[in-house]
Amino acid sequence: MESVGSIIMYIIVALAVIVFSVLAVTTRKILRAATYLLFTLFATAVIYFMLDYEFLGAVQIAVYAGGIVVLFVFAILLTSKPGDNSEKLASKSRALGLTAAIATLAVAGYSLIVRAMAFTSKPEMDAPDMDRIGDAMLGTGTGGYLLPFEAISVLLLACIIGGVVVARKE
Amino acid sequence: MEITAIYYLIPALIMFCCGVYGFITRKNMIAILISLELMLNAVDINFVVFNRFLFPGQMEGMMFTLFAIAIAAAETALAIAIIINIFRIGKKIDVRDLTKMKF
Repeated sequence: MESVGSIIMYIIVALAVIVFSVLAVTTRKILRAATYLLFTLFATAVIYFMLDYEFLGAVQIAVYAGGIVVLFVFAILLTSKPGDNSEKLASKSRALGLTAAIATLAVAGYSLIVRAMAFTSKPEMDAPDMDRIGDAMLGTGTGGYLLPFEAISVLLLACIIGGVVVARKE
Repeated sequence: MEITAIYYLIPALIMFCCGVYGFITRKNMIAILISLELMLNAVDINFVVFNRFLFPGQMEGMMFTLFAIAIAAAETALAIAIIINIFRIGKKIDVRDLTKMKF
């Protein structure tokens, strides 16, 4: 049984996720879409905090909300005039998009709902502290993630070089 | 009321469907990228929720999400570099105007 506070918290967060992600894809001003994306990402971070993954929530805020959204805003301001509206959708492409989205929702939602009874309530867990996360991330034994960690660092280096090469002036 | 895993999976599913809708209907390349981020984010939530509810005490789903966030950041940075480059050439970032690579 959950406390009343956590239920209210859950309802607020779930509503925020749904409303802001719908607004992010339906608004016609591109800068507003980026802002709604920011709110969705914050709500996701709150979900991570509610599930006791504090480190993951902090990473979500720092990398997504702090890094990626700022990048989006810069790109939007560089490529479009303020006050620009995207043109109205053609009814054909809207129908296509709605069909794909509703088909996804129906198939995945059905397979979730019929198994709704199989899900149990949240089991007890002590939140993974930084000691364990650091050991796992740099460990080489069982449950160690040193190889993907190093692969990510090489990927980021390649991404930096690629970004410079692609975006520089001739 | 008990909050089970499905209470977290349904908002994530709706977020994913919004991403699908935006990816198909939007014509601005940055808006398409925003829809892509929504879909990635929904999948990340699923990983974390299944980790928390089915395998508490292990960290596989959380680690996968950590690495997915890092890769998403790298991918977005590169995609935005490409978009700005396209804007510099054609002054437009509408996907319907990008026909140079059609044969």
